[in-house]
Parts: sequence; structure tokens; C-alpha cells
Amino acid sequence: MKIAVCLKQVPDTEAEIKWDIPKGALSRDGMDSITNPFDEFALEEALLTKENYDGEIVAISMGPEGAKDVLRNALALTVDQVALCTDDAFAGSDTYSTASVLAAAIKKVGDVDVVFTGKQSTDGNTGVVGAELAAILGFSPLTQVSKVRSIDAAGKKIVVERAVEGGTEVVEAKLPAVVSVIKGINEPRLPNLMGIRKASKIDIPQWSAGDLGVDAGKVGVAGASTKVVEIAVPPPRGAGEILKGELEEIANTITDKLIDLKVIK
Amino acid sequence: MANDVWVYIEHKDGAIAPMSFELLGIGKQLADGFGSSVSAFVIGDKVDDLAKEAGAYGAAKVYAVEGDVFKTFRGEAYAKAAAFLLDKYKPEIALFRATVMGTDVAAAAAAQLGFGLCTDTIGLAVDGGKAKMTRAAFGGNYTVSVVNEKAAPQIATVRPKAFAMPEKDASKSAEVVKESFALADADLSTQVVEFIKSATSVNLVEADIIVSGGRGLGNEGGFEIVKQLADLLGGAVGASRAAVDSEWIPYEHQVGQTGKTVKPKIYIACGISGAIQHLAGMRTSDCIVAINKDPDAPIFKAATFGIVGDYKEVVPKMIEKFKSKLGR
Repeated sequence: MKIAVCLKQVPDTEAEIKWDIPKGALSRDGMDSITNPFDEFALEEALLTKENYDGEIVAISMGPEGAKDVLRNALALTVDQVALCTDDAFAGSDTYSTASVLAAAIKKVGDVDVVFTGKQSTDGNTGVVGAELAAILGFSPLTQVSKVRSIDAAGKKIVVERAVEGGTEVVEAKLPAVVSVIKGINEPRLPNLMGIRKASKIDIPQWSAGDLGVDAGKVGVAGASTKVVEIAVPPPRGAGEILKGELEEIANTITDKLIDLKVIK
Repeated sequence: MANDVWVYIEHKDGAIAPMSFELLGIGKQLADGFGSSVSAFVIGDKVDDLAKEAGAYGAAKVYAVEGDVFKTFRGEAYAKAAAFLLDKYKPEIALFRATVMGTDVAAAAAAQLGFGLCTDTIGLAVDGGKAKMTRAAFGGNYTVSVVNEKAAPQIATVRPKAFAMPEKDASKSAEVVKESFALADADLSTQVVEFIKSATSVNLVEADIIVSGGRGLGNEGGFEIVKQLADLLGGAVGASRAAVDSEWIPYEHQVGQTGKTVKPKIYIACGISGAIQHLAGMRTSDCIVAINKDPDAPIFKAATFGIVGDYKEVVPKMIEKFKSKLGR
């Protein structure tokens, strides 16, 4: 079975984010970067799939050169092959362009049975690249996956559980499929020292727009359907009121105030 | 003249819920800005009741695709039908709810058509004859506004509860345009074989009242008190990442950057310190009540009402007062 996993480098979720507002871009100076936390679950699911069903894993990332770090981390966790889609033309890509580039990379890898992605990134937060990727590739779209029940590569079939509104949906789908996983589907493992050492010596292949056969004019800023017109800091919430006094009095006041909102039915 | 503004009528297997029509309110405002009309579009096995209701909530026209294959919700099938309608009529902008169901349809349809997609939109306006969309970025610390620069239609998913529900007027009705779109099971690659209803039936994203617990609860048992208050108020139970990571409560309850984004009318945070990652998921709630022992906890900066104290004393006292005042 051929397994692909898409990994994105994002600013550390613990870091303070700074936008260069006039430039409309993220100020990355001195900011730590990590693998998107949701993608760690995707990577672990790829590793588990390989262990349970045999196969090989290709990890793909799209981003600036620094995004090699997330692929090196994947190599340390023993994925078989990696590729970084990187090109100045990719900068400023919207979700559709991102999905198009990733789709081109997956086609270049060839014969992929299942693609794992995280359900969203913690920086862009769009949560749609997995679904768009499936639509572009014509693969079965499986979003919000909370469990992979079984994969039958020979029979070209996968059964998953999806966390949807009000419950869990069990879905049977044809392979190839794009599986976007949610937090909690597994416990991502950490690389060991030997893995890290080995990974540090591996050369990471880079694929440009030309290598991928992607029209540079249709991705990145040039291909984006929307233009950023304004970046703003949302107004802070008004200073709240700290209720003071004895517990009895506080409980009386807060329950009155909440009942007055006429929301409690 | 600008084309119509379209609103996707989300429904679970034909069930009518007011939330399905939520976006017709902002849809109408946008249409007024464009000088066009707001229309609804709906996909299902029988859509007459949904179409009638959409008319009452303000849709001028309802475009529909009906078929047996749409009896049970399936993103893949609904997206193909939605893409067919959007491609045929090319609305100025099509709005979907930013729920799992809405996003599945919107994302696949957008990708199939190559249309731009703005997700989890919290602001919508017409600016210079173009749709301007605002969304939160980086955990709600910034908002980013974008306009559609292309001639192609725009698709936006809109955060539930970001805009007011439209008024319902049963005397109003919409013209229903049914389009035939042939789709068979054989054309599809996914099949829903079972639906397991969640034991915790309240949906966080739709809830008007959420009572949440964090690390400050101290242990799993703390959620019993949180749940008592939530149940009493008819609300849902939320949690911070710390509480979920401690395995006190399942992930589906997590609110914040790596959990759900919610916008209830009342959000009661118990023992939650208020890390920016948590605030990202709930800071747009209408009224926030924070209960925390630490007077310096950042949650108090976001709170409408703050109570410095031990939740183990404060919450039971609130339950007692609510019971007597509400007669429960």
C-alpha cells in the first residue's frame, strides 16, 4: 500500500504571533515553528497504517525552505520518502492553490492509495484543504475522521468513523481516499535519537512549480481568488465587572444577571 | 447588475431546524448591498417543506435538486449537486454554515469548480460592488478581510451564530425552481453505513449556553458539577485543552484553537485560566462568566462578569439560586 501524508509547518501555537500589518504578511522573525499539531495525528495514523497493513509512506509538505524541518521530523519517525513543494510562486496560496499543489505532488508520487491530512492547520484554520484535495484528485473525501476501522488495499476499500454533528458516522469508501483526521485519533509518537541522527543526513528533495507541472500563474498570490484588504486587531472585550462580596451575594447577583439576559429557557 | 446572493439550506436528512435558515438574514443584507435578491438552494430527497420554510425566512427563490440518492446526508453527493447549481446560476456569493456538514459541501463544490472559498467568516459586507469577507486568524488575535477579485463566484462558510436569525413571516413564500441532476449510488465513492448518536446530544456549536471546565477543576469529578449547571440551564458542556489532555472529558468537548470555536449567548468558564488558545475559541461569546481562584487569571480580562473563588463553592451556590429562581 502506498500511503501519503501532508504536513504543514506552522508557528508554534505557544508563540506570540505578530503580523506585519502594512505588509499583510506574517512576521516570522524569531518565531519558533512546529509541525501543525493536527498533522502529527495524520503522521501517526500513516505510521500505524504502515505497521498494520504494510506499505510505504511518502510525507509531503508545501512551504518555504524552512519547512524541511517538519519533513526531517517525519524522516526521524521512519517515513520512507519525503518531498518539499517549494517555489516563490507558491507564496500566498489560498486553500484551492494549496490543494492543487499538493494534488500535483501526490500525482507525481503516483499510485497512492490513501492520503492522510490533519483536519486543519492552527495558523490558517481553514480546515478545507483535505476536502479540496480529495475533490481535485477525485479521491474519496473522508473528513473529520476519528477512527480508521479497516483498510483493504487489495479490495480498494476503507472503513472509517467520522465525528459529525450529533454523533459518529461510519463510512465505507473506495480507495484511493483522502483521510483528514481529528485530534485524539491516536497518540503521536516522538522520534528517538537514532532516528533524528539518521534523518539529519538525508537530503530532502525539493519540487518546484515546474517539477510538479503546476502553472505558476494559477497559484500563490497570482492565483488567489481573494485579495487581503485589511488586517486588524479585533477590539478588546470591554473590561469586565468583578463581582465582590460574600458568596451568597455574588451567587444572587450573577444568577439575576444571567436570568435577565432571557437566554435561559 | 449583480447576481443573486445564495444561501445553502443545511439540513440533516430533511429535518427542519431554524438554524438551517440562519444565513438568510445576512444573505438579504448582502443582496441589498448588491442590489440583487437573496435565494436559497437546497438538496435532499424531499425538499418541499424546507423550500417553503426558506420562503418564510426571506428567500425570494429556492433552487432545489431532489433525488433518492440524497435521502441521507453525504457530503460527496450533496457537493456534486451544489456544484451543478452554482455552476449553472453563478451567484455573486454562496453562503454555507461553517459546520461539518456545511464545510464538506462547500469545500468540495469550491474545489470542483475552482471557486474561491473563505472559511469561518465572521463579517460580510459589500465593498465597491464586491463581497468583502472578514475572518479571524491566528487564534482570533487578528481579523483579516478579503475581497473577491475574480469574476468567478465566491463561496464562504460562515461561523454559526455570527449573524442574527432572520424574522420568520409565514405569509411570505418563495418561487421554487427544481433542477434535475442525475446522480446514482454507482457514481459515488462513499457510503454511510451507520450513524451512532452521541450520548451527549447537545451540540457545542449550536448551544446558546455553555458551561466549561478547565485544569482548575482539579480532577475528572469536577465535570460532574459543571454538567449539573449545564443541565439545569439546558446548556452544553465545554472544556479547555488542559482538561481534555488530562483525559477528564472527551475531545469533542474541547473549545479553543485546537478544538471548536463557539459563540454562545452565555459562556461560563469554571477553573479555566484563559490561555490565548482557549480565548480564541470563545472570545466572541455574548456574555462570559469566569470563575477562578486566581484573581490574576487572564480569563478575567475577557469576562463580562468575573467571580474570584473556588468553583466547588461558587457553582453549587449558583445551582441553588437558579433552582429557586427558575422553579426547577
